Amino acid sequence: MRLSGAKAIVESLKKEKCEIIFGIPGGMTIPLYDALYDCLSEKGLRHILARHEQCAAHMADGYARVKGVPGVCTATSGPGATNLVTGLAVAHMDSSAVIAITGQVPRFMIGKDAFQEADIVGIATPVTKYAFQASSASEIPGMIKTAFMLASTNRKGPVIVDIPKDVMLEEVDVDYSDKVKIGGYTIRSGEPHPYAIKRALGLIIGSERPLILAGGGVIASYGSDELIKLAELILAPVATTLMGKGAIPENHPLSLGMIGMHGRGEANMVAEEADLIIAVGARFNDRTIGKMDKFGENAKIIHIDLDPAEIGKNVKVDIPIVADAKKALAALLLRLGEMGSKRSENPWTKRVESLKTHFAENYKGQDKGLNPGKLMKILRGVLPPNAIVTTGVGQNQMWAALHYQVLEPKTFITSGGLGAMGFGFPASLGAKMAAPDRPVFNIDGDGSFIMTEQDLATAVTENIPTVSLIMDNRVLGMVRQWQCMFCDKRYSAVDLGKVPDFVKLAEAYGAEGIRIETYDEFEKAAKRSLKAEHPIVIDIPISMDEKVLPMVPPGKTLKEVVWFG
Amino acid sequence: MAEGIEGELRIISAQVEDRPGVLFKVTSLIRRRGFNIETITVGGTEKEHISRITITMKCDVRVVEQLIKQLSKIPDVMKISELTPAESVYRELAVVKVSAQEPSKRSDLLNYIQIFRAKVIDASKDALIIEIVGQPKKVSAFLDLMKSFGIVELAKTGIVALTRGGKSAAD
Repeated sequence: MRLSGAKAIVESLKKEKCEIIFGIPGGMTIPLYDALYDCLSEKGLRHILARHEQCAAHMADGYARVKGVPGVCTATSGPGATNLVTGLAVAHMDSSAVIAITGQVPRFMIGKDAFQEADIVGIATPVTKYAFQASSASEIPGMIKTAFMLASTNRKGPVIVDIPKDVMLEEVDVDYSDKVKIGGYTIRSGEPHPYAIKRALGLIIGSERPLILAGGGVIASYGSDELIKLAELILAPVATTLMGKGAIPENHPLSLGMIGMHGRGEANMVAEEADLIIAVGARFNDRTIGKMDKFGENAKIIHIDLDPAEIGKNVKVDIPIVADAKKALAALLLRLGEMGSKRSENPWTKRVESLKTHFAENYKGQDKGLNPGKLMKILRGVLPPNAIVTTGVGQNQMWAALHYQVLEPKTFITSGGLGAMGFGFPASLGAKMAAPDRPVFNIDGDGSFIMTEQDLATAVTENIPTVSLIMDNRVLGMVRQWQCMFCDKRYSAVDLGKVPDFVKLAEAYGAEGIRIETYDEFEKAAKRSLKAEHPIVIDIPISMDEKVLPMVPPGKTLKEVVWFG
Repeated sequence: MAEGIEGELRIISAQVEDRPGVLFKVTSLIRRRGFNIETITVGGTEKEHISRITITMKCDVRVVEQLIKQLSKIPDVMKISELTPAESVYRELAVVKVSAQEPSKRSDLLNYIQIFRAKVIDASKDALIIEIVGQPKKVSAFLDLMKSFGIVELAKTGIVALTRGGKSAAD
């Protein structure tokens, strides 16, 4: 078939069953948008015009995480491409299948500092799973296919395909052959090694105080059912990482909630007391494990991860299982089931229960104005179990992580690894595109929301009705909290002032703005927003002295929890 | 300083696809971990379109294992492994321009060249260019000797290496 490079991009995307492209056109992608012109009227391919490329990338990411297929974004060369980078880095850290297609200056200008030229392959290489540039139009079908394959197999991740403008215009015979081959990359089965499973079983059976630490890998592999069954079989409490929230319903009796620096106290204490930690699809991030060389000092560690490079990266483990989380859990379940080793109540389960009850009081928080924890509980009461929550980064994110109970996998979307402020709102738009029939709420902070607030325009013009809850304390709260606790209250550059008025801001974009002052008003506004068919911003005044507690101070072990700051 | 940067000199041998940007991807990852590459060589292999990158750097065994796992995640990397001194042979080549203005010293110089099985590859009135191939230790011993004659310029290739025996590194 004879096609232009630009047409080949569009046809290849369709072949990969891409339904939505998030992006902004520019000089070097004019041919691509010209090719899109013919398809956009057809059902099956939609373009969402973002207002900032970073948002386009976050939208694609939110879409990918909810839908479980790659999210596609596009930008022009130079500034368009560099604006995507934060979004790609987020996707890289959180193993999300995002595909970016960027325009590039024509081949003969590359490397000559042409207008809007940036070496995006060079820039993006360290923050993507793969980055490549087309040198002729005939390569495009293979490259797009490879991009989808790389992004969505093994450990998922972002891929960038950079395409010079003259390659988009070039007409060639294109061949959509089925073969994709790239270097030493092989799609692994993800099946665990039987010997590793056997050794793990030995540890599990021999353990008295097991803990399961579930990470994002459980959610990515759709392994929640297996996880819950394993936990119930061996009566192991389950703590999750930030990315693992939703791996087990957080109202499950065995759920401990999130572990780590801002994790729940009981989760951290249980991790300190366990004699076996079964980490599944988690990578022992510094925010998860506290003081690195002290984590799991008194425990054996089984580490299940699809990525061999994660084994032994941050902590030494006793039994590595390189496997897909779901498949490894299923293998463990099968063998344990054969042994008929269901456990009954024992001193460990009682100890875990007593820790939970013991700490319950500590979460009440103070009564200066609206208490974030209480707001999260009210929100949980309003939202159906399958509602999707995205978050910004900072205190808002940690309040959500601590107090908002996630009940289903893939319903808590957050920038876990990179911690990119501004992620929540555009991610909510992508999530809504992936799940139009479910409510999507973005729990955000004022500082975080402002970073990507311009895409309210996208939400309004493209009619994507998500709800943003602004935990509005008029400061960069997390930094202020650290300055309060560790810098002797020397508040440096954290005061955001009394601007903007978020209600007016929402209205300026044609969205609805609501300001609430009481819990009751909050509940009513949230309920009303459930069914809204337009974007809503709810401004929630929070005291700037409100902290995220408990907290494990940096460099401390998980048991050194500070409850009251 | 990166963790584990102290340690013995280690040799990593990678077979990669021969295309633009692959070397960058490999070195970028090493840079990110904060390691200083002591030597790096890139060249062809027995297979078309496959290049071999041989890297030497100082780090401890745990770090090199983890680094190899990370490097093997780069899709363009076909095979990668550490080559231990016991199981492999390795060579380095140096060309060194040595001052040879005084005739009395020339004969000494030529003696050393013979002892080390080095080769004179260019001669002029005031200098010789000498080529030496061998294990890095031998090369540095020779270069140490050359210092007393006055080294004008020096270029080294870095190490190339293969495993001993009939198998290839990744078999």
